[in-house]
Amino acid sequence: MELYELGIAEAKEGLAKGEFSSADLVKAVIDRVHARDGEIGAYLTFDEEGALAAAVEADKALNGLKGLLGIPIAIKDLINVKGQPCTCASKILKGYVSPYDATVIRNLKSAGAICAGRVNMDEFAMGSSTENSGFHPTRNPYDTARVPGGSSGGSAAAVGGDLCIAALGTDTGGSIRQPASFCGCVGLKPSYGRVSRYGVTAFASSLDQVGPMTKSVEDAALLLQALAGQDEMDGTTPPEPVPDYSAALAGASLKGVKIGLPREYFIDGLDPEVKAVTDKAIAACAAAGAEVVEVSLPHTEYAMAVYYIVAPAEASANLARFDGVRYGHRSERSEDVFTLYTRSRAEGFGAEVKRRIIMGTYVLSSGYQEAYYGRALKVRTLIRRDFEDVFTKVDALLTPVAPTPAFKLGEVLDPLTMYLNDLFTIPSSLAGNCAMSVPAGFTAGGLPVGVQFICDAFREDRLLSIGRAFEDAIGGPRLGMPRKG
Amino acid sequence: MEKAVIDVAYVAELARLELTDEEKSVFQPQLENIVKYVEKISEVDVSDVPPTLHGRAIVNALREDVVRPSMDRDLALGNAPRRSATEFVLPKIVEGAES
Repeated sequence: MELYELGIAEAKEGLAKGEFSSADLVKAVIDRVHARDGEIGAYLTFDEEGALAAAVEADKALNGLKGLLGIPIAIKDLINVKGQPCTCASKILKGYVSPYDATVIRNLKSAGAICAGRVNMDEFAMGSSTENSGFHPTRNPYDTARVPGGSSGGSAAAVGGDLCIAALGTDTGGSIRQPASFCGCVGLKPSYGRVSRYGVTAFASSLDQVGPMTKSVEDAALLLQALAGQDEMDGTTPPEPVPDYSAALAGASLKGVKIGLPREYFIDGLDPEVKAVTDKAIAACAAAGAEVVEVSLPHTEYAMAVYYIVAPAEASANLARFDGVRYGHRSERSEDVFTLYTRSRAEGFGAEVKRRIIMGTYVLSSGYQEAYYGRALKVRTLIRRDFEDVFTKVDALLTPVAPTPAFKLGEVLDPLTMYLNDLFTIPSSLAGNCAMSVPAGFTAGGLPVGVQFICDAFREDRLLSIGRAFEDAIGGPRLGMPRKG
Repeated sequence: MEKAVIDVAYVAELARLELTDEEKSVFQPQLENIVKYVEKISEVDVSDVPPTLHGRAIVNALREDVVRPSMDRDLALGNAPRRSATEFVLPKIVEGAES
């Protein structure tokens, strides 16, 4: 097994036993990126020198027993790492250098992790295919004619293609879970508030969460451990204690676990191969002793409409800060302050970002605010209540992640059709639950397909335990997935 | 002719976004489709339903009101497209004022 194929737990073990050094590990990843990333395009930048220097330092301190010491983690390009570029894959931020560390980065660094590689995404996390990157698209490591999903497509392609040990993604309506499913990795969206958003460029502030994208559920637990917890720099993080997630995996079993299948998620439009993988996953859970019951989340059909009001509304406000004044692109054609704003933004933003800013501005504009935004917030309450009710009856929900496996680049052109990718991931985002995509099988053509587990807010311990037991029920972490050489 | 559901040019101006004619003609039908889709929420009875204003309801997460060191000025100005030694530089805003 090559070093770049390792996950966090395996790398930790090898480092602890002295089988290899952090420098060996980082070099292996860098060589792999050189060999393979020309074709995949997962990374935007990689500070190789910085990574190797950090690895040498880590090797000196290896018996320090820190959680992620010496392990390189790829970082989605909207999370600030001091001294590194942070463009959100947008031309408007080309050349921007972060003046500070995001809280999640401070946490990773204090756990010893090496954060040197920055991975591609849909511009400002708006998209489901990473085709909206302002720089270049990323390709799926399992089939380079296909997309890796999005918006955390660079993170997913880097993990799925073994171009990193693990990665951070962000999820607003499915941006961790859908690409994880497309690229055969584990992707966990924490409950809203579990992980600090400080230093993470805001898309939709009431929905955004940073989460782990990894090669196994065990790795997701290790990475989440470093990320989670209250942060005084983010007032939406509650003081709830962070459980020991790895301990929660000990003796993980599906025996007696009550798993709900929300009937609204098993729709006619579901791709038959996705349905087959999901059905097999359900059968595997039942065979492993889970009690599988049908449940209902009656307001599911309104979730996407609510999301495409609330998320653009918040985005239109958040992205007002990109105006060519304090950072980012400034138009050379500006004649006064007004055209400095309008032309800097026109030249800097891509089409999808413009569409969402217009949509968000529209639903907040005078005369429409109550009918769209105000009403959407109320329907969001009904969606949240659906989940509160269902979690009095079951421990977790099992659903498909996305209606299809990875599609081809250029195949989905209509924005509304692209939005349908998030049909099954949006409701739990609106409700603030935690949810995780776990690899569950392949299509006949060899494309990975994940299933989604959803648990009540702040029950990541339960979610991880169920996910870990599911891996065993279905053939082990990564399903013995073919390594993509 | 049916009235446009969304005046893209007007809303773009509100959003401080200059659009080309081509963008306007591409975005207009796309955004009308999206607006028509989200109008689905008008079917839902929301009487007596309170709005969800936050991802998670936390009231008054405040820190103590004490002065703390903040980011170094040079660092904060470091990404400015135009700056002086101590400030961001912009085109003249007030008529007749020195820029």
